[in-house]
Amino acid sequence: MAAISRDDVAHLAKLARIEMTPAELDHMATELEQILGAVKRVQEVATSDIAPTSHPLSMSNIFRDDVVKPSLTNEEALSGAPAQAEDRFKVPQILGDE
Amino acid sequence: MRNIHSTAAEMAIALAAKEISSVELTQQHLDRIASVDDKIHAFLHIDNDGALQQAAAVDAKRASGESLSPLAGVPIAVKDILAQKGVPTTAGSKILEGWRPPYDSTVVAKLKAAGVVILGKTNMDEFAMGSSTENSAYGTTQNPWDLTRTPGGSSGGSAAAVAAFEAPLAIGTDTGGSIRQPAALTGIVGVKPTYGGVSRYGVVAYSSSLDQVGPFARTVLDTALLHEAIAGHDERDSTSINAPVPQVVAAAKRLDVKGMKIGVIKELSGSGFQAGVSARINESIELLVAAGAEIIEVSCPNFEYALAAYYLIAPSEASSNLARFDSMRYGLRVGDDGSRGAEEVMSATREAGFGKEVKRRIILGTYALSSGYYDAYYGSAQKVRTLVKQDFDKAFAKADVLISPVTPTTAFKIGEKSNDPVAMYLSDIATIPVNMAGIGGMSLPVGLADEDGLPVGLQIMAPVMQDDRFYRVGGTLEAALLSKWGKPILSNAPDLAGQK
Repeated sequence: MAAISRDDVAHLAKLARIEMTPAELDHMATELEQILGAVKRVQEVATSDIAPTSHPLSMSNIFRDDVVKPSLTNEEALSGAPAQAEDRFKVPQILGDE
Repeated sequence: MRNIHSTAAEMAIALAAKEISSVELTQQHLDRIASVDDKIHAFLHIDNDGALQQAAAVDAKRASGESLSPLAGVPIAVKDILAQKGVPTTAGSKILEGWRPPYDSTVVAKLKAAGVVILGKTNMDEFAMGSSTENSAYGTTQNPWDLTRTPGGSSGGSAAAVAAFEAPLAIGTDTGGSIRQPAALTGIVGVKPTYGGVSRYGVVAYSSSLDQVGPFARTVLDTALLHEAIAGHDERDSTSINAPVPQVVAAAKRLDVKGMKIGVIKELSGSGFQAGVSARINESIELLVAAGAEIIEVSCPNFEYALAAYYLIAPSEASSNLARFDSMRYGLRVGDDGSRGAEEVMSATREAGFGKEVKRRIILGTYALSSGYYDAYYGSAQKVRTLVKQDFDKAFAKADVLISPVTPTTAFKIGEKSNDPVAMYLSDIATIPVNMAGIGGMSLPVGLADEDGLPVGLQIMAPVMQDDRFYRVGGTLEAALLSKWGKPILSNAPDLAGQK
């Protein structure tokens, strides 16, 4: 396994939307490598003939009846919003300027 | 009744007989919290007014002759990962500081409907990621047995509250051992029910295929009473099992294991476990034999890979689940000065709001799920999950329940493992296979280790939706131990109110 570089971690942090300092990136690269060294043991027994298990229960397509039920009011739904305007969530700019 | 030192079942009887009111009982617990919680730090939020109002409402219903549920009027502490309407819910994280949920989780709603009085919200490792509460953004909880040691985690606040007589009952969550490990380290009973046995609606999600809500108490019967109060199908949790709740209260009262086959897991014994832990487990096995159980040895050769698989599966699911903390609709928002776009604000908020371990697991999960590495890591871990389930299936073909120690050691010192993530992860080595397979397990206090005088927990595991089996075995063993000791295990713990 290739060593985990600071650039690798910077890419992961970008994907995960966490703005890390250079010191944090260096530290994380070292730790990530240690942890991956410990967990890669799974590869010793994970042969191609074994089916993966994603979930302990085998269930699929759990539906409820399509009926309207009481739910949060607009005010309740907005009660934890960091910012709001005109009964809506107010968020920073999402699209570019052009 | 000896008030706060009584069991929840005794409290319920005294309340029903009107020997004490719920307001009086609740006030006694609030007084106890006020007198000892500066040493323990089990609670992140104490809801004095809300608890007394709830207690008064139960008393009024009782006075008017309304029929009440078995635990009506008994107080409880709730892990700060379950949403409670109008009450701060942080999951131990700065990113949710000050958030007051506009709704109740199903478990909280069930407790309220049953008249169980919620005293407050308990400390935990941030987003349930940890085994000591040291990852809480709000300080570490101390173990009531020794204030220099951790109570375990992640549900360490709930376990410490029950062990310190701040509450007779508590709710926790268990993703890799987060109920059973702190129960073992504080000398109380903790149960991780079968996956899907208790609703996860309104519980902040960490690793959705592993997370399960469950009860803490000081006795097996109390744990069973709480288990039945919170269990059952919930259409708002699509992974909730639509089947009758196992009869755990009846099983806890049965006090008989004659003819039961109990499997001792070879790979979870001997080397790697503290001598005092192994000694208490072996004594328990002798008591179970004396009570008429048959002991057999079973082998689960793939368990040694479970820990590694867990630390790929849980972070992978967490990296996806925690994407919801995006600073847009609730929680912390940092750096929104009008000049920065949504993505920049999101990244700055997550940097400021998440602690070290949470970032570590999000980055690890993002790596394990990224293209090029998916098959090697996440895919391989899912295959190990299949092997662990097969080990359990084979073992349960021979035995009714399986047993092992809950933890390799007794409670460790605060700070001892906090800078070594891999060493910390090892404390969950015996509990993780249960979550991987979706079965249930109990941690039962079985004595104190000779070398340090700290509690030891026995883990009892049963197949999916056969949770009644570990209550039957646990209740029987608890009675045998009590008659051997002559007094409950917690009577050996320090009297915190007397300490300076």
